[in-house]
Amino acid sequence: MEIDFGAPQRVIGIDLGTTNSLVAFLDLTGPKIIPGADGDKLVPSVVSINPRLPSRDGEGAGALASGEIVVGNAARELLLTQPDRTVYSVKRLMGRGLEDIQEELKLFPFHIAPSSEAVLQLQLGDRTYTPPEISAFILRQLKQNAEAYFGEPVTQAVITVPAYFNDAQRQATKDAGRIAGLEVLRLVNEPTAASLAYGLDKRENGIVAVYDLGGGTFDISILKLHDGIFEVLATNGDTHLGGDDIDNLLLRIALEDVATEWGVNLSADSEGVQRLRRAVIQAKERLSFVPFTSIELEYHGRKYQREIQRELFDKLITPIIDRTLGPCRDCIADAGVSVDQIDEVVMVGGSTRIPLVLSAVETLFRAKPHTELNPDAVVALGAAVQAGILSGQVQDKLLLDVTPLSLGIEIMGGVVSKLIHRNSTIPASATESFTTGVDGQRNVLIHVVQGERELVKDNRSLARFDLKDIQPMPAGFARIEVRFLIDANGILNVTARDQRTGKEQSVDVKPSYGLTDEQVEKMIQESVEKAEQDFSERQVRERRVEADTILAAVEKARRHDAYFELPDAERTAIDRAVNELLLVYHSDDHPLIQQKIEQLNQATQKLAENMMNTAVRSALKGTKI
Amino acid sequence: MTDYFELFGIARSLNLSLDMLQQRYYQLSRELHPDRFMRQPEAERQRALDLSSTLNDAYRTLKDPLKRAHYVLSQEGFDGEQRSTDVPPELLEEVFELNMALEEMRGGDHSARPQLESAETNFTRMLSDVDLQLEDLFGKYDQSPSRDKLSAVRGSLNRRKYIQNLVDEVHKSLAPSP
Repeated sequence: MEIDFGAPQRVIGIDLGTTNSLVAFLDLTGPKIIPGADGDKLVPSVVSINPRLPSRDGEGAGALASGEIVVGNAARELLLTQPDRTVYSVKRLMGRGLEDIQEELKLFPFHIAPSSEAVLQLQLGDRTYTPPEISAFILRQLKQNAEAYFGEPVTQAVITVPAYFNDAQRQATKDAGRIAGLEVLRLVNEPTAASLAYGLDKRENGIVAVYDLGGGTFDISILKLHDGIFEVLATNGDTHLGGDDIDNLLLRIALEDVATEWGVNLSADSEGVQRLRRAVIQAKERLSFVPFTSIELEYHGRKYQREIQRELFDKLITPIIDRTLGPCRDCIADAGVSVDQIDEVVMVGGSTRIPLVLSAVETLFRAKPHTELNPDAVVALGAAVQAGILSGQVQDKLLLDVTPLSLGIEIMGGVVSKLIHRNSTIPASATESFTTGVDGQRNVLIHVVQGERELVKDNRSLARFDLKDIQPMPAGFARIEVRFLIDANGILNVTARDQRTGKEQSVDVKPSYGLTDEQVEKMIQESVEKAEQDFSERQVRERRVEADTILAAVEKARRHDAYFELPDAERTAIDRAVNELLLVYHSDDHPLIQQKIEQLNQATQKLAENMMNTAVRSALKGTKI
Repeated sequence: MTDYFELFGIARSLNLSLDMLQQRYYQLSRELHPDRFMRQPEAERQRALDLSSTLNDAYRTLKDPLKRAHYVLSQEGFDGEQRSTDVPPELLEEVFELNMALEEMRGGDHSARPQLESAETNFTRMLSDVDLQLEDLFGKYDQSPSRDKLSAVRGSLNRRKYIQNLVDEVHKSLAPSP
């Protein structure tokens, strides 16, 4: 029997989306979204580096270093006024190299710094940031929203990723979490998370397909549900396909229009592009509910307007929607089921609001898709359920997920030898023996790739593992057993053992894309210090706001009749409590401020009662006070 | 290395009830999955990771009759699969003609199509014959295991693999090129 003496840790669930991000948690009644300070549940995944340092010295709030970084709705506004310091859709860059993103660079205003080698560097104002650092700003905002909600620090999270994310993209997401000061207990695939949220009050047994078309990624997963077990049979997708692609298509058309009508090439004007992009997105969203609308832009005194019918819109986006159907068919085949065996189809992601998407899915699966849950929120809700599973709150559910891509090693002639096939349930492992080819060889280099193709060059290079310090022996004598293990996050771990000595063999990992462990450590160091500072600064600020409120109330009450009716001793006690609160007001010691606030609350209790009584008396007499 | 059958708590056999296997798998997953060990010390978490990855590998192997048979063969000391390029003697003639037809088809001569189509039907039927044969051999082995019976199983498995490759080849050549 295990006895846990510590208080149960709160684990939050985070949907780190291309367009929007959300944070949720599980309570006794089920998963819930935590809104941000502006009351919005969706936090736009937009980050802006604000050059204007806030000058709040008068309040004594300290140098708010974190005020430089703006996330969410506020950053989305800054996208219009300071586009060069603002970035969106950074998820598209996670775990990718410069050669991967050439298409993206044509369509998105990413400013890639010249120093981008192993890891991309984004130029924002006069500083550069890696994609995991940008994502970490978003995660930190969500973390803060949760902390403000609970009134206590939050350090552990489950973060969702597209099911079709490869190892580097997953690792980059995990790095982002660590940089944000979060222990990432688990990466969960988005469609699988969604099924957990849907599964809560739905069928116990059956086969379910989850179609997830978000802002930048597409996933399809087919699951078998069995008394609380969610077993993924197969998954497929495209990590660069989503609502963004529709926006870019419409934007290109609108830019051409503007060029013809105004004789102006707006594409060189980043503010103009962002304003037009927003107009296009609004028109797209309206078209999900009305048969026609118009794209409208007023900019520098000029007006652009273009009517768009849903019919034309559907025709334009058909090629994009069709790109989701191939992966769906492959997924059904890989799952080893027929379309008729699929009991339910669940729609996830904002782009599934588009009527054409719904009808395409309905035609393919020959079933009416489920749209009951908010397609923007369902992934975060599922992440909260998984957080509950990990913290032990939820006992009856278990997710058995798969790896989306095959894992192999390079062998002679640039050919791939597959070790773990796609759609294998994770954790999954494979063991291979390696030896040396030359007398006295000290190192063996293993090149690991991900993908389905035969040749190394057609797959995604994942990392090179260097088996070091092999005992010098004649060629072919060394026997090193290497274990490739894909963990429950879908991330590869490699361990090696010298079979002759039985000793652990040291392995040096050189990831092909992404940050090294040292780089992440350094970023964490910086951010943890900052996060602690942020948290206590916020506590101090909140206590001061509270103090302001009570001090103002007391000030007002001092002019009230009830104040003068108090015995001298009570009045003295109030004066003393006020003075003590004022004395600690400017300190950084938030528990102390809190204590003095409570003391003042105590001292004014009698006064408050008297005031109430006076109010009641006056009300009875029908007189105004 | 943990024995897959032992892990599932079942006797080594070539025929298995898939329902029973799935039930055991779900039950063991509930006990061994890393999710269940998140709040345990690092060593326990590592053990859960190792065990559950072995469990998943075992389930993947045992739920597929062919993989299961290969696993039993390897556990009984039979060496790896024979290379599928060794033509079973009784198929020599047919394979020779098939290869000619495949050559013609690849060379752009579509007159070989009817021949390939009938070969596809023919070999597909052969495949299901081998499957029936295997089922029979599996049953016989399970009743009273012996090395001779396993040897027969291996023969059929190799034959099956060879025919499967032929079917795949023909299928590929008949499919409309992308």
